[in-house]
Amino acid sequence: MKENLLAALPEIVLALGAMSMMMLGVFYKATAQGRMSTVARGSSVLIIIALAALSYTVGMKGSFFNNMFVMDGFALFIKAVLIFSAGMVLIMSNHYLEKNSEKIGFEYPILIMLSLCGMLMMVSANSLLSLYMSLELQSLSLYVLAAIRRDDSKASEAGVKYFVLGALASGIMLYGISLIYGFSGTVGLDELKQIISGSTELGNGMIIGLVLLVCGLCFKISAAPFHMWTPDVYEGVPTPVTAYFAIVPKLAVAAFLVRLLFDTFGSFVGQWQDIVIIISILSMSVGAFAGIWQQNIKRLLAYSSIANMGYALVGIAAFNESGVQALLIFMVIYMLSSIVIFAVILNIDVRDSDGEKGLEKIEHLNGFAKNNPITGMLIALVMFSMIGLPFPPFAGFFGKFFIFKSAIESDLYGLAVIGVIASVVAAYYYLRIVKVMYFDELGKNIRVNLDLEAHSKLIILMATLVSLFIFVYPGKFLEYAAYAAHNIF
Amino acid sequence: MENMPILSITIFLPIIGALAILLMARGEEEAIRKNVRHTALITTITTFLCSLGILFNFDSSATGYQFVEKAAWVEGYNIDYHLGIDGISLTMILLTTILMPLCVLTSWRLQNRIKEYMICFLLMEGIIIGVFAALDIVLFYLFFEAVLIPMFLIIGIWGGDNRVYAAFKFFLYTLIGSVLLLVAILYMYNYAGTTSIPELTKILPNLPLGVEKWLWLALFASFAVKVPMWPFHTWLPDAHVQAPTAGSVILAGVLLKLGAYGFLRFSLPMLPEASHHFQSMIFVLSLVAIVYTSMVAFAQYDMKKLIAYSSVAHMGFVTMAIFTFNHQGLDGAIFQMISHGIVSGALFLCVGVVYERMHTREIARFGGLTAIMPKFAIFFMIFTMGSVGLPTTSGFVGEFLTFMAVFKVNYIMAAIAASGVVLGAIYMLWLYRKTMFGEIKEECKTMRDLNGRELICLSVLSIGVIVLGLYPNMIFRLIDVPVETIIQQVSR
Repeated sequence: MKENLLAALPEIVLALGAMSMMMLGVFYKATAQGRMSTVARGSSVLIIIALAALSYTVGMKGSFFNNMFVMDGFALFIKAVLIFSAGMVLIMSNHYLEKNSEKIGFEYPILIMLSLCGMLMMVSANSLLSLYMSLELQSLSLYVLAAIRRDDSKASEAGVKYFVLGALASGIMLYGISLIYGFSGTVGLDELKQIISGSTELGNGMIIGLVLLVCGLCFKISAAPFHMWTPDVYEGVPTPVTAYFAIVPKLAVAAFLVRLLFDTFGSFVGQWQDIVIIISILSMSVGAFAGIWQQNIKRLLAYSSIANMGYALVGIAAFNESGVQALLIFMVIYMLSSIVIFAVILNIDVRDSDGEKGLEKIEHLNGFAKNNPITGMLIALVMFSMIGLPFPPFAGFFGKFFIFKSAIESDLYGLAVIGVIASVVAAYYYLRIVKVMYFDELGKNIRVNLDLEAHSKLIILMATLVSLFIFVYPGKFLEYAAYAAHNIF
Repeated sequence: MENMPILSITIFLPIIGALAILLMARGEEEAIRKNVRHTALITTITTFLCSLGILFNFDSSATGYQFVEKAAWVEGYNIDYHLGIDGISLTMILLTTILMPLCVLTSWRLQNRIKEYMICFLLMEGIIIGVFAALDIVLFYLFFEAVLIPMFLIIGIWGGDNRVYAAFKFFLYTLIGSVLLLVAILYMYNYAGTTSIPELTKILPNLPLGVEKWLWLALFASFAVKVPMWPFHTWLPDAHVQAPTAGSVILAGVLLKLGAYGFLRFSLPMLPEASHHFQSMIFVLSLVAIVYTSMVAFAQYDMKKLIAYSSVAHMGFVTMAIFTFNHQGLDGAIFQMISHGIVSGALFLCVGVVYERMHTREIARFGGLTAIMPKFAIFFMIFTMGSVGLPTTSGFVGEFLTFMAVFKVNYIMAAIAASGVVLGAIYMLWLYRKTMFGEIKEECKTMRDLNGRELICLSVLSIGVIVLGLYPNMIFRLIDVPVETIIQQVSR
């Protein structure tokens, strides 16, 4: 029993922590702002404690809670990254939260903790049942997060849209699970693997079940053709929520996808590989082409994340150990870059004839680098890194390098070529951000004010330094990723 | 001296200079400008001295790479921080370090965002030296791609009216070539298990011809855009016309050489069979470049565009010479690269001189400049002659060797290529006559002759043109051994 609890310690810390913060928020007598900052700080501390609790699971390998929950090096790596990045997002939202504490309830940090708890459980899910439960815990928290600005019609619309489509995807997934259950008689991944190991080919029922399950998961990581919700939701919801959506949940779902396809259905790679390849190509192309016309920076980042999920899926399609490793490397590097860019966006206030608001339109960044040389340079470097150019400190090049290396290892040359060409197309919109910041003149009648508060500065510095470390001295980081990948393959 | 990492120092000195400028304290505008300029000049000159140090310690009779530095970079993956040079890289590094201080001098009076400007140039210098010194193919790719960033910013921020279009065209065009190179690199890495260039040169020629051809084409996509070869050259006139003077100098002087260097370092030694297979294709493309772009150059009314097209034609000689696979050819190609680097750089400087005074580059608006700018007229004459390929200038040696080499392979091709020289003479002399002789145009009368800085820049380059023309052996002595090595590798 003790072992079981230890294996799930970070999840337990987060769940209990979320409850206690909820109580604190309800009974704590203070102004909205005071309550918000107390709860937010408390939650940040709890997330750090969860990270510390994770250290108890180092070296654990095996399944717990009657085979519902698995813990290994792979899960450990992903969980560490998830907790770290969720903490980062929470801390960098501070500025926005305190300024808008009247409009955003104190539930924001609590929901982040709950969804994080769901994601951690999902990474460890070893049964379709525990997968579904953890996925719903995560998704329901995210639906509420999306609609947290009740006064804002756009945000509410985005929330409803996300909820309806997300519920549909969950339904599809549940149907897939029920088919798999019906045809195999089990929901546990280990038993499932044993049952199907006898046959050389999956039956039709299992195939349909698997496809539906994969579709549902692809919805959650916003891979094309299940990406429709992403731009609207990213645009509508408050920026800290966008940051959270873009940075954290996808890694968790991708991790489960890897576990499902590589471990459980690994011997049937011939039957699922084409699906992943097609989804990956679609995501890369949709993300690259559709991003070109965007005027809203959050929509642009939405398409960018669709394209990036396409690259991550290349690692899965490659179906080899370096593919998993590349996926982890790629996602971590993407995450670090996104943290920097969102930390900057969250701290920009735009004042024009309509009053003051956050950064929305790309053209608001006109001439940005003139008044903010260092921050401008940082954003430009992130953009170059997202293109995949090898320029320190951001290591986007290594992400793509290892992703395509895994594809080449599996002889997927076409996929690699399509991928690099899509990255050239996407380069256009990343360059456009550099262009408005550096080549264009300052906009008239508009004041763009960047006020980086200490927390955000710290986070940007940390993310940049970690990226730089990965760039200059990739060996150690690759070793961790290889260790994690080795566990799953 | 033996154990000093002199190559790393030469690469990182300009980069450190750029960082120093970045971190320079805020203060009074004019004082900052002065500091920035001086820091940039001192850094580039020190870098030049470093490269001279390399030259003096270089053993031109030794085979293989010298000043080799190796340190593990991506541990466990055989990707190293591996530097080393042979004679070919050395001449290219020298070309870069000579041109850079001149670029800084040319931009001395720049007002607009000089800090970022100098940072871009210094970064670019470090990166370009890195390209020539890299002995690891991933490291090479890193530098090869990174050079896009400063050049993109230079064209986009300090360029002419249509700078955004030109910057994007330049960037996306070159990027699509280089990503295919990345795929090829990944294939090589996966096949050979190493990224070291000397190792790959040993392993890759064993590939079956079918695979070699694909790899060769991927490499070609990248290098042909960089050179640029016809029909991938269309980014070049735009980029040149819009770029500021110093940007054009570096673009024509050094960046175009990256492509030719790539052919010499990768395509020929690593994929010899495919290189032979595609020889005729390269010949045809080069011939079209020589004849067609020379004619296009003749139709230009913008001086910079004319010189840009002449660059394409001259680089056509280079690619043609490289793919003759004989000693004269490679000697001629490398010499032509150096000579073109100096001459076209100088021509762009000359255009910059008149542009600064008249704010136009339209040929028709100039006339009779010999009378009012005699010093300028002399220098412009020297470089025009260098571009035409008159004996005693550096242009002659490269072209002459090229024709000799091509003649050995195919005399019809050589005859057609030789017509390019005539065409070159036509448009260059026409340009000279239109701008320098004839009636003095009314608006030209107020133009001043060269000032001190311009005089320094142009004299350094004109000395280069004439000395190389009279004593080409100083280059051949350096590149003799590596050229012989490449020929052996390609004729396996």
